[in-house]
Amino acid sequence: MLSILPRPKMARNEALWFWLFISPWIVGLILFRGGPILASLALSFTEYNVADPPSPVGFENYARLLRDDIFYKSLKVSGLYTLMAVPLGIVVSLLMAMLLNQKGVPFLGVFRTLYYIPALVAGSVAVALLFQWLLNPSFGIINFLISRFVGEEGLVPLGLSGPRWFFDPNWVVPSFVLMSLWGFGGSMLIYLAGLQGVPTALYEAARIDGAGAFRRFRNVTLPMISPVILFTFITGMIGSFQIFTPAYIVSGGVGGPAYASMFYVLYLYLNAFRRYRFGFASTQAWFLFIIILILTIIALRASRSAVYYESPGDDKMI
Amino acid sequence: MAEQTAAQPFAPVADRVPTRSLSIRGQERLMAGIATAILVLGLTVVLFPLFWMLSTSLKGEIEALKIPPNWIPKSFQWVNYRDALTHNPFGTYFRNTFYFAGMVVIGEVLSNSFIAYGFARLRAPGRNVLFIMVLATLMVPAEVTIIPTYVLFANLPGQWLNTYNPLIIPAWLGSAYLIFLLRQFYLGIPFEYDESARLEGASRFGIWWRIILPLSKPALGAVAIMSFIFHWNTFQGPLIYINDNAKFPVSLGLSMFRTPFGGTPQHWYMAASLAVIAPCIVVFFIAQRYFIQGIVVSGVKG
Repeated sequence: MLSILPRPKMARNEALWFWLFISPWIVGLILFRGGPILASLALSFTEYNVADPPSPVGFENYARLLRDDIFYKSLKVSGLYTLMAVPLGIVVSLLMAMLLNQKGVPFLGVFRTLYYIPALVAGSVAVALLFQWLLNPSFGIINFLISRFVGEEGLVPLGLSGPRWFFDPNWVVPSFVLMSLWGFGGSMLIYLAGLQGVPTALYEAARIDGAGAFRRFRNVTLPMISPVILFTFITGMIGSFQIFTPAYIVSGGVGGPAYASMFYVLYLYLNAFRRYRFGFASTQAWFLFIIILILTIIALRASRSAVYYESPGDDKMI
Repeated sequence: MAEQTAAQPFAPVADRVPTRSLSIRGQERLMAGIATAILVLGLTVVLFPLFWMLSTSLKGEIEALKIPPNWIPKSFQWVNYRDALTHNPFGTYFRNTFYFAGMVVIGEVLSNSFIAYGFARLRAPGRNVLFIMVLATLMVPAEVTIIPTYVLFANLPGQWLNTYNPLIIPAWLGSAYLIFLLRQFYLGIPFEYDESARLEGASRFGIWWRIILPLSKPALGAVAIMSFIFHWNTFQGPLIYINDNAKFPVSLGLSMFRTPFGGTPQHWYMAASLAVIAPCIVVFFIAQRYFIQGIVVSGVKG
């Protein structure tokens, strides 16, 4: 393809440069990614508290994990949270992206910018403190609004004065879901980019065929952006299983009340960095890795028939 | 569906053909109107928490807990900001965070652009396999690597714990997501530039430094902003490594917020929280053009 004469030497030269350029990544891979993955697997078969050398315990950590009640609770909390937060997040951000892609709406740029602001700080300490205040059962503005509109003294007297949110074990997970929904702007922008990639000719053809707005959504929009939905579904799922900061802040690092906010990674953190059970915590980390891997594979398999790719079998990514 | 019911008043049965295109335009205008109305309504819901943060931060201690609440404080207590930010050493926290986030941003911009250049524009056997490995590391949850990395730094000779180095050094060695993003961007730059520079005797390093870097300013700007905002807010890493109050970043400082009388005076909490998120919002508004560009690059081309 290139010149004929010095080709082998040039190719070798180019390959050398390639290795030079990616060398920082290779070092990082060995020290901070690949290496730790193997080290963490090795640690999961030991008892280790950093101060003393690790002592091998075989499968003891795995056996203990399967007997651990709090482990099952944490799995349930994170699973329930993921089950609620991910689908709701997809629906909300897709709907908002479609509105922000609507022709003829004035100040679209301003709307897009303003809707994105919460996503800037989503998952941070400040937002956790903010939602604790908004959802405060006695003085919070949300319960004031609920009591004003539907509460005991409200316009619709349902005898409901608002849930106790972060203080009621049954409401803890939905409260965290609410907090995560507020940061929908990130996936909203991804959907917006996806929607703008749908050729307008497809909509026009559907319109000429007499398809209404709903059918255009079902038969054009949805199939065309289904790869994006799959992407946000998988990354959303992985992210939800790893939620830590809001749980740590809201529960003061203890996962209460009644373990209702003992998210998976919070329990992992407490075992590692509060109790110095690094071997046991590594077992938890590996278990999480396997859960995420299995869920991702299931999602990819299940989506095969539902996701539409424009050119089947091509290797766009690579 | 809304459109079908809406179409009827615009399309009298008698002369359906000439008005059909008009009715489509009418439908579109109606849709735009409905969308605008929902967007305005939605925006008040979405921005309300931030408004409430600001409002609470400017109230007195008793007014903050008043039911029914005052939507707008009777008199603005700007002094809350001074009190909240000086009772805990937020000046130090802000300086620490600027140092930490700044070092990480410089490292991530330089290293990821360097690495991505290799993956995008240099051919070598095994390149695709290595790039698949880059993408595969995206899937490994951070929790798997956190403990061994901590163990590594705890056992290295020298003082590593209670410094930012364990959080800064990995950032100088590439991040899978940013390598991916920049590689996609570099694939879009014409290869003729490299060729002609090479004919003039430029080295690969020179091409990267003098041609690719200047051409990729928008993408690098996007990387810098994303990286800054992420590390400004990051909590778990500092929580694990930093345990000296004088070295805290703002996220840790906020989580350990203490008040002279104990309890949780919400007006102080909200003042401190708003002060902590303000730099993110300011940076976003200054550089949002770059930011959107980054999303488009990674979202559309990816």
